[in-house]
Amino acid sequence: MAEDVVTFHRQSKSILRVLIKGDWNISFGLQNPERFLAHIKSNPETSHVEFDASLLGAWDSSLISYVVSLNALSKEHHLKIDITQLPEGIVRLVALAEAVPEREGAAKNKVKPVFVDDLGSRLINVYAQLSAFITFFGETLLSIARLVKGTAVFRRQDLFIFLQDNGPSSLGIVTLISVLMGMILAFVGAVQLQQFGASIYVASLVGLAMAREMAAMMTAIIMAGRTGAAYAAQLGSMQVNEEVDALKTMGVSPFDFLVLPRTLALVCMMPLLTVYANVMGILGGALVAMIMLDLSWSMYIEQMMATVPLKHFLIGLFKSIIFGVLVALSGCYMGMNSGRSASAVGQATTNAVVLGIVLIIVFDSLVTIVTTVLGV
Amino acid sequence: MNDESSTSAHIRVRNLTMKYGDKLIQQDLNFDINHNDIFIIMGGSGCGKSTLLKHMIGLYQPAEGQIFVNDSSLWDETEATRQKMMRQFGVTYQAGAMISSLTLSENVGMPLELYTKLQPKEIIELARLKLSMVGLAGFENYYPSEISGGMLKRAALARAIALDPKILFFDEPSAGLDPVSARLLDDLILELRDSMKATIVIVTHELASIFSIGNNSVFLDPETKTMLTTGNPNTLLTDCHLPKVQQFLRRGEVANVL
Repeated sequence: MAEDVVTFHRQSKSILRVLIKGDWNISFGLQNPERFLAHIKSNPETSHVEFDASLLGAWDSSLISYVVSLNALSKEHHLKIDITQLPEGIVRLVALAEAVPEREGAAKNKVKPVFVDDLGSRLINVYAQLSAFITFFGETLLSIARLVKGTAVFRRQDLFIFLQDNGPSSLGIVTLISVLMGMILAFVGAVQLQQFGASIYVASLVGLAMAREMAAMMTAIIMAGRTGAAYAAQLGSMQVNEEVDALKTMGVSPFDFLVLPRTLALVCMMPLLTVYANVMGILGGALVAMIMLDLSWSMYIEQMMATVPLKHFLIGLFKSIIFGVLVALSGCYMGMNSGRSASAVGQATTNAVVLGIVLIIVFDSLVTIVTTVLGV
Repeated sequence: MNDESSTSAHIRVRNLTMKYGDKLIQQDLNFDINHNDIFIIMGGSGCGKSTLLKHMIGLYQPAEGQIFVNDSSLWDETEATRQKMMRQFGVTYQAGAMISSLTLSENVGMPLELYTKLQPKEIIELARLKLSMVGLAGFENYYPSEISGGMLKRAALARAIALDPKILFFDEPSAGLDPVSARLLDDLILELRDSMKATIVIVTHELASIFSIGNNSVFLDPETKTMLTTGNPNTLLTDCHLPKVQQFLRRGEVANVL
């Protein structure tokens, strides 16, 4: 921008005249009040500031901004400033900008926290989150108690919609992942076992791994990404729309109405999906065994039956029920505690998936440790 | 912001028909909005007021007809020209529509960041100025979720005037505000119109606002799906004898002028 849209003229020892001319447009950038400051500093006798806008062309906010900053500087240096010579629109906009003073204490100062502060507040936050989650868990248990007593209010159609969505609608992705999982396990095993001429043990490896760990865990992780995220987003947007508040005022517990059917549906469907994932994984393993290792179908199945006892399937099944609870609760918890904005709902969804997967893995490790110690 | 004393209308709507898919919303709309008008779009709920607004700001394409802004037809121009035309519009939406992940200052600064070559420091300064114009000095670092509904409406106004628009569109600016805040917002709109020499288009059914600040209007009817009349609302109150218009302007009370 050309320097000369503002020039300063000294009318007398005490009067500084600011001559504003030419076109002012924000696309030229803003004028810096530095030169004005320099002028009044170099002439300490200045007591009045005037404007002359006779050569002013088109103008916009860039001029308002400049006048407002000169106003502020003049006040700071105890100068009398007279802006009435400027066009009426400018005078009115400047007045508008200065009409409402900054509210006392409104400004937020962004103070960078000290490391210890930061750590402390994080810990407090973790503690608060933890107690909130435990409260949530307790509320859900109470809700289940009400369900058993038959006093829980929720729509049966909702339950069926969630059952449909969690079960049959997720079969496609569960099929794909489980078959691939079985194939991967078989491949990995085959490479090692072939060296010992023990390729038949691929069947045992796939069967054991799927039954005890992989079927339940992969299904849970799929459901955390699919259903847990959906739950968090649904409940989060309901928070934003004040739907949760509306339910409360209608005397309906949001836990009974929202959390209960979602949790029930997932807990019912998880074991079924896990059984299905087991079958698909074993089929995937068989595919690799038959094509790559020349094992026959009956050899593969017989070997599996002989070496993988039923208890492994039962452990997997038990875990899948708990996984269902964990995924549903982390989804619902994050949704119900979501903030009331678009970004907060997004954050809640992310958190739901992360928390779900963390809980799945932690719980799985616990079960593994306990069963190892017990020798199950 | 410079004076543009052209004699022709600022916005002209000609034979406008609006549809959602096959569903007809309004048809045969014809009206002019002059420079410096405060133009009210009114009518019963669900008659397509907001839809009309969204057609005028270039969000929806008309099924038929033209919208002229400064004599160039909004929808007959190329995409690039239309984008340029849309940049001289400032719009506020019903619920504020402030981006929730940005602070007020970042929200107001966003159009400046996108369409000017200003330095980040200058953008912050201008955003501060705009916020202080709407009475929100000191709230620069607040997030939209941390302020009240009335403040949100004003913050949205600050964003709308960020680029010094020639035409300001408001979708229900005072809905959900208490009478005093609504009045203050009306005053603010008037003040901005007068000092920025802008043309203002407002969708509203607040009668108090309609009569106190409106000097031109169009009345849409949901049943016949077309406009019933256009003109200064105060004149319509005394001179227009259409029962629907009278009912609307008198809150359903039977007009004794009939």
